[in-house]
Amino acid sequence: MKNPQMFPAFIFVPAIFLGCAFSVGCGGSGSNSTPPQTIASSGNNVASISVSGGLDGFYADAAFVSVTVCVPGTSTCQTIDNVLVDTGSSGLRIVSSALAALPLPQQTSGSNPVVECFPFVSGYTWGPVETADVEIAGEKASSTPIQVLSDDFTAPSGCTGFGASQNTTLDANGIVGVGLFTQDCGDYCTVVQTAPGDPNLYYECSSPTVCAPVGESLAQQVPNPVSLFSTDNNGVIIELPTVSAGGEPSVSGSLVFGIGTQSNNALSGTTVYTADDSGSFTTTYKGTAYPGSFIDSGSNGYYFLDSSLTGITECSDATGFYCPGSTVNVSATNQGQNGNSNTINFSIESADTLFNSNDSAYSDLGGISGTTPQNFYFDLGLPFFFGRNLYTGLQSTAYPNGYWAY
Amino acid sequence: MSEARGGFIRSGLAIAASGLFILGALPAWASLGGDRASVDADQVHLQGTRTTKAVESYTVHEIQSANGAVVREYVSAEGKVFAIGWNGPWMPDLRQLLGNYFEQYVQAAKAQNAARPGRRPLLIEQPGLVVEVGGHPRAFTGRSYVPEMLPQGVRAEEIR
Repeated sequence: MKNPQMFPAFIFVPAIFLGCAFSVGCGGSGSNSTPPQTIASSGNNVASISVSGGLDGFYADAAFVSVTVCVPGTSTCQTIDNVLVDTGSSGLRIVSSALAALPLPQQTSGSNPVVECFPFVSGYTWGPVETADVEIAGEKASSTPIQVLSDDFTAPSGCTGFGASQNTTLDANGIVGVGLFTQDCGDYCTVVQTAPGDPNLYYECSSPTVCAPVGESLAQQVPNPVSLFSTDNNGVIIELPTVSAGGEPSVSGSLVFGIGTQSNNALSGTTVYTADDSGSFTTTYKGTAYPGSFIDSGSNGYYFLDSSLTGITECSDATGFYCPGSTVNVSATNQGQNGNSNTINFSIESADTLFNSNDSAYSDLGGISGTTPQNFYFDLGLPFFFGRNLYTGLQSTAYPNGYWAY
Repeated sequence: MSEARGGFIRSGLAIAASGLFILGALPAWASLGGDRASVDADQVHLQGTRTTKAVESYTVHEIQSANGAVVREYVSAEGKVFAIGWNGPWMPDLRQLLGNYFEQYVQAAKAQNAARPGRRPLLIEQPGLVVEVGGHPRAFTGRSYVPEMLPQGVRAEEIR
């Protein structure tokens, strides 16, 4: 933690932003009437989350939660800790080695096990689709398809072609995708794709080594588990406190289920920014709009544009991270598909300096999104969640592609 | 479709659009580092359209699937595939697109993840291979090129 006086750049920041930087109550909305942040601490719809470094202690800027999975309809359960909270995807994925011997039923197509290959930017997860009762806090999603990450079946080339396997490299016991969409894939996966440019995500395996693409109905696909809760099933709020410049060893907060369903999850006082059909909105920086931008708790930093556009120096060793000589303040404008817009302000400090602190929570960690126009966007990762209650609304009739609100 | 960016056309050579033509449902996939003959030999059925655009020192083959996945292949005047770009709701088959460079990419991605755990845009910058992958599920983007294969005068920023 550093003294703010070390940052001369702050002198030039408008007073309203200074208020934001040091007030728990600032939601970054650019309005000085924002009420203080309240983090829900109790309720059947409230799960504790922590930003504490994960399994090996040095997974920075990632929020983890405990999830209980049960054999459907029974009390044969296991609680899995260190599950990454990811608003950038949908679906619960658990590493098989963390599941011990819990006998979850295998989903089948005919008599063949259904196995999924799910692509992330970092690589893919592969493993059977099994059915579980999923319990988080006081909420329960009954008979929910989940992905169990294992190599018991040999991943076909259509899967391994996504890149690196993440089955054993998540640095977490799983990922709980609580994003914008009800299913992890959606209509695209209800039929087998045959064009070479269109990959398949679901397979049926007639033997441990022979897997062929299969169409999965929406109900069979791995869903955002929140969508199957009996109540509080229309979205989540991530509530994390402000993190000081320079980082903190760890912080904790809440994952609140439901939006506008209880006294602790009202949407009032926020602004809704709707997403497009690919789960993105537009962030404008220095007069240029970047329509592929998004908010994602599963990204562990602010990732945006590149040095040529931001003027922020890249690290010489930590590829892709920003390493400015002194803290840089960034201002940009988020705009939803619905036209609502909001100016955001954040800071970027040298990743080298931050990583040397061995903290787990950094409010000012960032890097580039890419080096070519199609990879220019704002990925507002977990640091964007610090100090503001951030709502991720599930797709619905009113919001076909879901929304963010803060 | 790909466009020649303003900064690329040098010395008033306005030939960017001269080679533009569109072929319906013509199948062709190439691998990074492969040659044009392999493009034509690798005839697979593609449910989409291919657009070919010739610019000063290379040709861009853009293939779009019915589901909105787009792959762009950059072929030099000598007939070598020196770069690949893609975007779409899901990841493309990088083994096919990167060809002999695929394993190098996978090993580099694993090493980077091991060095610093976290989920973020993936950027591999090695002397012999550049790969970047970005976006999120339902909206992936990426590109790859072999620096030493870039035709003279072609800037990396043109590859998208």
